[in-house]
Amino acid sequence: MTTILTVNNITKVYTMREGSVNALNEVSFAITKGDFVSITGPSGSGKTTLLLALSGLIRPTAGSIIFEEKHLEKASDKELAEFRKNNVGFVMQNFSLIPYMTAIQNVMIPLGLSGKTMIEQRELSEAVLGLVGLEDRKNHFPRELSAGQQQRVAIARALINNPTLIFADEPTGNLDPLLSTEILEFLKKINKERNITIMMVTHSPQAAEYGNTRIHLRNGTMDTLHSKETKTLTE
Amino acid sequence: MNLFTIVWLELGQRKTQLVSGILAITLGIGVIVAIRSISVVSEKAVAVNLDNLGANILVLPQGANVDNYYAADIDAPTLPEEYVERIVTSDLTGVDNLSPKLTRRININGQKLVLTGILPKNELASKPIWQNSGLFGGDLKVACGPNPSNETLGYKDEKLQRKSIDSLGISDCLIGSNAAIRLKVKEGDKIIVEGTELKIGKVLGETGTIDDDRVFAHLHTVQNILGIQGQVSAIEIMGCCNAISDGLLSKLRNILPDTKITTIGQIVSTQIKTNKLMNQISLIILIIIVFVGGISIGNYMWANVNERKREIGILRMIGYPKSSIYFVLMLKAAIMGLAGGIIGYLAGVVIAWFLGPYIAGVNIPPIPGLLIWSIVISVFISLVGSVLPAWFAARFEPFTNMQEV
Ligand SMILES: Nc1ncnc2c1ncn2[C@@H]1O[C@H](COP(=O)(O)OP(=O)(O)O)[C@@H](O)[C@H]1O
Ligand SMILES: [Mg+2]
Repeated sequence: MTTILTVNNITKVYTMREGSVNALNEVSFAITKGDFVSITGPSGSGKTTLLLALSGLIRPTAGSIIFEEKHLEKASDKELAEFRKNNVGFVMQNFSLIPYMTAIQNVMIPLGLSGKTMIEQRELSEAVLGLVGLEDRKNHFPRELSAGQQQRVAIARALINNPTLIFADEPTGNLDPLLSTEILEFLKKINKERNITIMMVTHSPQAAEYGNTRIHLRNGTMDTLHSKETKTLTE
Repeated sequence: MNLFTIVWLELGQRKTQLVSGILAITLGIGVIVAIRSISVVSEKAVAVNLDNLGANILVLPQGANVDNYYAADIDAPTLPEEYVERIVTSDLTGVDNLSPKLTRRININGQKLVLTGILPKNELASKPIWQNSGLFGGDLKVACGPNPSNETLGYKDEKLQRKSIDSLGISDCLIGSNAAIRLKVKEGDKIIVEGTELKIGKVLGETGTIDDDRVFAHLHTVQNILGIQGQVSAIEIMGCCNAISDGLLSKLRNILPDTKITTIGQIVSTQIKTNKLMNQISLIILIIIVFVGGISIGNYMWANVNERKREIGILRMIGYPKSSIYFVLMLKAAIMGLAGGIIGYLAGVVIAWFLGPYIAGVNIPPIPGLLIWSIVISVFISLVGSVLPAWFAARFEPFTNMQEV
């Protein structure tokens, strides 16, 4: 059992003209490689802020985040970008696709910094689009795809760089229950088959069930952290 | 996918804004290119015109200038032909050749042409009184010696000599190449000019000047046709340069009252002054477009990066560093500048093409060298105008995209 991510007492205070908000308050936990972590909590409890801090998109006000022995809170912007590029895939509630790029072009974006040739990029992207069952939609623009299909394109994009971690922020928030199940099953599948660690923020208790580790936040403070003993992937 | 593809795909978006962003630069470059083309070509045209003149001193009526002379307006002032005789009979030395001319715009078969009356060399020389004057005597040449200042102006004496027309019958004419085409005539044909029939002795070679639209005939014939007996528009004099610096001009002024006597040097320097003014105007416009064009591009970029906040956030989220965002935006600015420069240059060429004949009296061919200049200026302005918006965009909070729900 290897620990992939360790969080020690992170605090995030947003300071604005109108005052400051304590979005995270001394949160600590450790995540094991291959975990499927679900993060729940009421709106405004700091779930998104936690994901942002873990992916280096914002810096915690205090505390440390250690990914494979590297201190992210001390890393430079450039190192953090590098970290995201090499290790992290994102799946967002709003899909975060670029509207004027086709499905395959969107999937290729993370490869833009890889130095791979266009042909290599294309082959790789087609393969991943095949994995999410969208081979035949590769030349469609996001507006020509259904919500579920758009989210699958986003998942393909998250997978293209073979990440160690996938951060998902309410990935099923804009999907109906049937499509939600489909996406969640898919996430579970890649979690198991590829041993990719997944951290998923969700509102829905059913979705949260997919996690073998649960983090519950309330007002920026961690309420509960518990792991199911029914883990299939440990040892 | 790479940074270039990202720029390329995005360029297809919001085209109207894109076009209005580079409009100011494009227009400014267009105006400058037009001014430069016209002034460069008109400078050359003046040089060629003067070269064709076959003279380095021009005697004009008081109140006239070289432009009047070339314009050949219907009411352009004249001076008495008798002045030719005065020069010849005077004891002036250093007058190597001279040619009185009468010039008017006329209409032949519906074609607007220029009719120029000239006195052929043989008639000047054949007058006994002139033969005595030593005007065309061999010893005069020796007295003149080499003519270094003419050389530096690019007008070779040898060429000037060739220009004189040795003989021309009273009912003959010579016709410019373009005039021949427009009138659909050839050597040996006859044309009717204001009721007078003239036989075409020769179609002249193309010169690229107004001479191509000219009909040359005997001075006295032209005087009769136009009803301006005993008058000429100008007397062109080929004076030797040493003599000019020895005060030939003031001696000429003494014997030719009510005239304006200028040298090629003066005419050229007037043209140079005009061009200097044009260059200053270009410089002012350049300064204006650097500001207006730069601000306009900057403004476009600012609006563009704000609209693209989400998209920039997605790229940052995926792992693109700030430097890539900066590069993408500056590359876009460079492409816009490149397009603005090329379109501006083409616009300038078109403006010069249409306005040239009115302003400078000549057709303005494109000057390819200005294309490089246009591109360099335009790209430079575009980059400078975009630096700040791009700098800010690279520093946008990368999670903008994640917090909107
Ligand atoms: N960029 C920000 N500036 C100021 N306050 C913020 C910002 N982002 C989030 N917050 C505040 O921090 C708290 C936690 O927000 P967030 O992490 O988005 O919660 P959740 O994702 O659980 O709904 C909220 O009170 C929110 O208003
Ligand atoms: Mg949230």
